[in-house]
Amino acid sequence: MTAQPTPADQPAAGEPLLSARDVVQEFVVRERGGGKAGVVQAVSGVSFDVMPGETLGIVGETGSGKSTLARAILQAPRPKSGSVVFRGTELTKLRGGRLLQARRHMQFVFQDPFGSLDPKWRVRSIVEEPLIAYRTGDRAARRKRVDELLDLVGLDPARYAKRHPRELSGGQAQRVAIARAVALEPSLIICDEAVSSLDVLIQAQVLNLFEKLRSELSLSYLFIAHDLALVKQVSDRVAVMYLGKMCETGPGEAVYRQPLHPYTRALLDSIPSTEPGAARAAATIKGEPPSPINPPSGCRFRTRCPRATDLCAQEEPEPRELAAGHLVACHFPLNQPAPVATAVAAADAATGVTFRSV
Amino acid sequence: MTDALLQVDDLRVSFAVGGLEVRAVDGVSFTVDPGRTLAIIGESGSGKTVCCRAIMGLLPGTAAISGSARLRGSELLGLSDAELRRHRGSDVAMVFQDPARSLNPTMRVGVQITEAIKTHRAVSRREAQTQAIELLRLVRIPAAERRFHEYPHQLSGGMRQRVMIAIALACRPKLLIADEATTSLDVTTQAQIMELLLELQQELDMALILISHDMGLAASYADEVVVMYAGKIVEQAPAMRLFGTGGAVRMRYTRALLDAVPHLERPAHYPLPVVGGRPPDPTALPPGCSFAPRCASAADDCVAKAPALLEHAPGHRWACWHPCENGGAA
Repeated sequence: MTAQPTPADQPAAGEPLLSARDVVQEFVVRERGGGKAGVVQAVSGVSFDVMPGETLGIVGETGSGKSTLARAILQAPRPKSGSVVFRGTELTKLRGGRLLQARRHMQFVFQDPFGSLDPKWRVRSIVEEPLIAYRTGDRAARRKRVDELLDLVGLDPARYAKRHPRELSGGQAQRVAIARAVALEPSLIICDEAVSSLDVLIQAQVLNLFEKLRSELSLSYLFIAHDLALVKQVSDRVAVMYLGKMCETGPGEAVYRQPLHPYTRALLDSIPSTEPGAARAAATIKGEPPSPINPPSGCRFRTRCPRATDLCAQEEPEPRELAAGHLVACHFPLNQPAPVATAVAAADAATGVTFRSV
Repeated sequence: MTDALLQVDDLRVSFAVGGLEVRAVDGVSFTVDPGRTLAIIGESGSGKTVCCRAIMGLLPGTAAISGSARLRGSELLGLSDAELRRHRGSDVAMVFQDPARSLNPTMRVGVQITEAIKTHRAVSRREAQTQAIELLRLVRIPAAERRFHEYPHQLSGGMRQRVMIAIALACRPKLLIADEATTSLDVTTQAQIMELLLELQQELDMALILISHDMGLAASYADEVVVMYAGKIVEQAPAMRLFGTGGAVRMRYTRALLDAVPHLERPAHYPLPVVGGRPPDPTALPPGCSFAPRCASAADDCVAKAPALLEHAPGHRWACWHPCENGGAA
């Protein structure tokens, strides 16, 4: 394999391709009758960069806000506050045609290919649509381009161009969605659970296709999924989200080898392994995520965190860079000894509080 | 193996679709011993779900079923609805992938559990309610009395699946079939539910069939693993034998499934070993080995004649003319 562009190869002064700062997205929940029942704090102040040629993976469970974040980046809907700068343009200020033009280089691949392909259209029209929408080339040129694109994603144009989505398998339909996404030569593709509905063998094919397109078209990806191993496979850097916040960001290898946030550790421990020697996935965190309508004070993970102390309830931890490019938002990151037992024991000893049974 | 809890012999299921015969399950045999866990692994369309639905008597009347499935010696196939209902729930129960769709959204969960209890046992409403709350506690639902009066939409996905398990366990079945029961759940919730199932299995001395596409799940939780492809079992072995270092995988399809899953241990952008093509059209299965068209080491004999599933080593069955050596590790 040829050397892939990695963040380390980028000049330090390199401008990020996509830069999100303090993105906030909230939705009002109405009661029956229209009264305001609460505000879902789906994304609460998330910041990240994607460098050219880089893949940033975002991992999170249901309700972590990862999909809402992706849509906020795309301005569909526009985030409530915060800034999204893509290729040097602030997207949150743009309207109508200007936004469309700026978004041309940012494409989306969703989880369910059949849901995103018009069932009445043929594959050729589906892939051609963005070319027409952005007035690219004449009819003959577009036709040639569609053939190229289908070839690129591994579908024989002679066999597949005339088919309807229902005549495709899940993997083939996802390839069509990918062909459409790369039609306008985007610089960034946002994949939201793009391979999650596919069988493993097909999933491997599509993942390899993403990698091939990455090197051939020098693409960047924002790769969103709930599956950590999957995200690790494709990402240079990984961000872990919990209840609307990013709790840990760093180089993929570092985040997996030495997670700093207790939530990341819990996620890693929950993955069933095919190594029978490995400890069976124990339910490392108990209970369920709290409601995003009324998130816990301080650190949002504290209600389920084995290391939480009073400080975690009082003060929200700010992201800190503990190793090169490795940020964690935790008062007691895992590279430090656990606070709870020691803190309590120390306090007991200091104040001379009676030790219960020893 | 006369003391098997469930014995399935040469199970065949086919459907007539547009004048063509779709062979969904094509001569499947396996046994489940009391208190043990069997994982049935396969991709979409491999026949793993149809196989278990046939055992549960949940297939539509248009399905042509042959073979035998005996639970403690008594035949389950070909029973009347009334006879089946006696077995379902009390002997065998099933939990499905999507708990939101399996529960009635207009009924409180307590009523749905009570209904399951009253269907199978002559108990008073009050007694059934007490049992239902006990069941909610059994599946570790906090504040069971309050949850009893809630509707499914007020529960999270993990909680709904716990309710489904509570309903399935209402009559203390001897065998629980979990059909992708944790697939739609988050990993941390999946770990909780799997742990719950294993604890309940111990407490109630129940056998489990895990239907899944996830090799990791099979490796972590099953005693025995069956791999299905195009309606047939292609390999079966104890989980300890198949997985891990020195794993003795002999079937190239099993190997491909294991290799195609991204591993945390591998570096980023690691090229995944790819198997081309797709599973065969179930209306036109090839005469030879169904996997031959996609198999890297397929030879003439593979295309000509299908290999039988034979026990080549103690407890290890596979169906391949040219099995891989050293577990197929590259």
